[in-house]
Amino acid sequence: MTTLLNVEDLIKNFGGLTAVSDVNMHLNDDELVALIGPNGAGKTTLFNLLTGVIVPSSGSITFRGSDGLIPLNGMKAYKIANLGMARTFQNIRLFKELTVLDNVLIAMTANYRENFVQSVFRLPKFYKTEARIRQEAIELLKIFDMQDDLDQLAKNLPYGTQRRLEIVRGLATKPKILFLDEPAAGMNPEETADLTRLIQQVQHDFHITVLLIEHDMSLVMNLASRIYVLDHGSLLAEGTPKEIQNNDAVIKAYLGEEA
Amino acid sequence: MKANLKYNICWLILMVAGFYLMNALILVGVIDSFLENMVVTIGINIILAVGLNLVIGFAGQFSLGHAGFMAVGAYATSIMISKTPTAGVFYLSIIVGVIIAIIAALIVGIPTLRLRGDYLAIATMGAAEIIRIIINNMKMTNGPSGMFNIPQFATWPVVYIMVCVTTIIVVNFIHSRGGRAALAVREDEIAADSMGINVFKWKLAAFVIGAATAAVAGSMQASYVQTIAPNNFNIMESIAILIIVVLGGVGSITGSFVAATILGIVDAALQSFGALRMVIYALVLILIMIFKPSGIMGAKELSFKRLFNPKSRKAGAKS
Ligand SMILES: Nc1ncnc2c1ncn2[C@@H]1O[C@H](COP(=O)(O)OP(=O)(O)O)[C@@H](O)[C@H]1O
Ligand SMILES: [Mg+2]
Repeated sequence: MTTLLNVEDLIKNFGGLTAVSDVNMHLNDDELVALIGPNGAGKTTLFNLLTGVIVPSSGSITFRGSDGLIPLNGMKAYKIANLGMARTFQNIRLFKELTVLDNVLIAMTANYRENFVQSVFRLPKFYKTEARIRQEAIELLKIFDMQDDLDQLAKNLPYGTQRRLEIVRGLATKPKILFLDEPAAGMNPEETADLTRLIQQVQHDFHITVLLIEHDMSLVMNLASRIYVLDHGSLLAEGTPKEIQNNDAVIKAYLGEEA
Repeated sequence: MKANLKYNICWLILMVAGFYLMNALILVGVIDSFLENMVVTIGINIILAVGLNLVIGFAGQFSLGHAGFMAVGAYATSIMISKTPTAGVFYLSIIVGVIIAIIAALIVGIPTLRLRGDYLAIATMGAAEIIRIIINNMKMTNGPSGMFNIPQFATWPVVYIMVCVTTIIVVNFIHSRGGRAALAVREDEIAADSMGINVFKWKLAAFVIGAATAAVAGSMQASYVQTIAPNNFNIMESIAILIIVVLGGVGSITGSFVAATILGIVDAALQSFGALRMVIYALVLILIMIFKPSGIMGAKELSFKRLFNPKSRKAGAKS
């Protein structure tokens, strides 16, 4: 197992507030890791740093690319995405006025080419490419049982389905790492169980690395192989679910917060 | 594949039928030179509005500088065909206008498209004004008095074909990889960015295509009306194009066609009203915006696919 993403001494300040403080972490190939912590712990901020949406105040993020290590600090989000990192958003950010199919096709933009002349004059090559990527998109949607919603506008989907579409959209970019920010937020227990199973299945079938944010600790216990616990911007603990369960600092933070 | 062919043939039939209808109406004398002038003006406005709609309605970038790119095409054509009045040079001049407009759009777009909303509107407006002032101060363009007796190569069939060609290019771009990327940018820049889409590149692509079509419209205008002056391309012209886009529906190409036609007819019908004309014109605009704030068509499109399969698509029609 080799390290795919390595984070060293990562800090993010918002004015006087340190949202992420000296975080060190790493992600290996083909594993499902959870990032937990109470609300406001800095989990989403950490995601934003890793995916290039915001720039770190200091520290380093390194990605193992096909030809060597690539520093990600300050790199544009779309370039980071094209290296193989995809994400979902805690407060859903679908392309609302567009169809389910278009949402997925858009995420595939970097993975195929269409030249301007072929598209504009509708040459046979254009239809061929369109048919191929459309098929690819439908295959992905099938996994999440959304193949019948192709022409629905994203904004008209039920809440839980919108969250699933965000995951499909992330997968459509062909990521090496998929970052999921509270994918089960707002779902009922049944939907949550269903989604959890799907996330596990997708991670396993696509051999990708998944970093899953969740603030419900019990949910990730039998899902993740490793867990990072974030509290007030700093890493409180890391380890296997068992180690985390028995970690005094974690128990204290969680009981302190939620009791 | 078969289905696509069917829809494309429908569009082709529609275009050819429109052409022969127009031709017949002129032959039997229903369309006189006054009405022909109206139709050509509508056609030029359609080219302008479709291009601006791509930028505003589809890529979501609020540009107020469309008239500047129109001026580039108009002057390229005027200068070239005044020197060498042949059809070949006329068509060459359209291409030259388009190329210069693309270069100008890159120069304007690269620094300004990083701005948002109102700032972008003001910056593009300023850029168009700079283009106008440059033309105003050049010898080659005959300065503020403009150019006269420009040879007429842009007859109605030429304008008709240009309307078809520019619309096909814009619509087909919208329904392709690049167009979808531009739509994503309009919908949510952060999400698009995170999905690996080079937001800036696709904004610029839409902006450049819009500018290129505006140059074509300018070439048509110059060689149809046969006289141009820098003041034809001031901010009021950009706003007039914007009005067509908003009135028809931001994000509806069909809407731009409908609005350009309605406004063209209203404008022609009011020719004899003198000063009252602008008041009535403004009133029509206000009424439409009160009763249909999203524009005549909203974001809807005429689509053969939907006409043939009424149930297959609830929204987001593809033509
Ligand atoms: N753009 C921002 N500007 C200022 N403060 C921010 C910003 N984003 C997040 N924060 C603050 O950083 C802290 C961590 O937030 P967040 O990362 O959203 O936590 P979590 O996802 O763990 O609930 C919070 O106190 C939040 O208010
Ligand atoms: Mg969060």
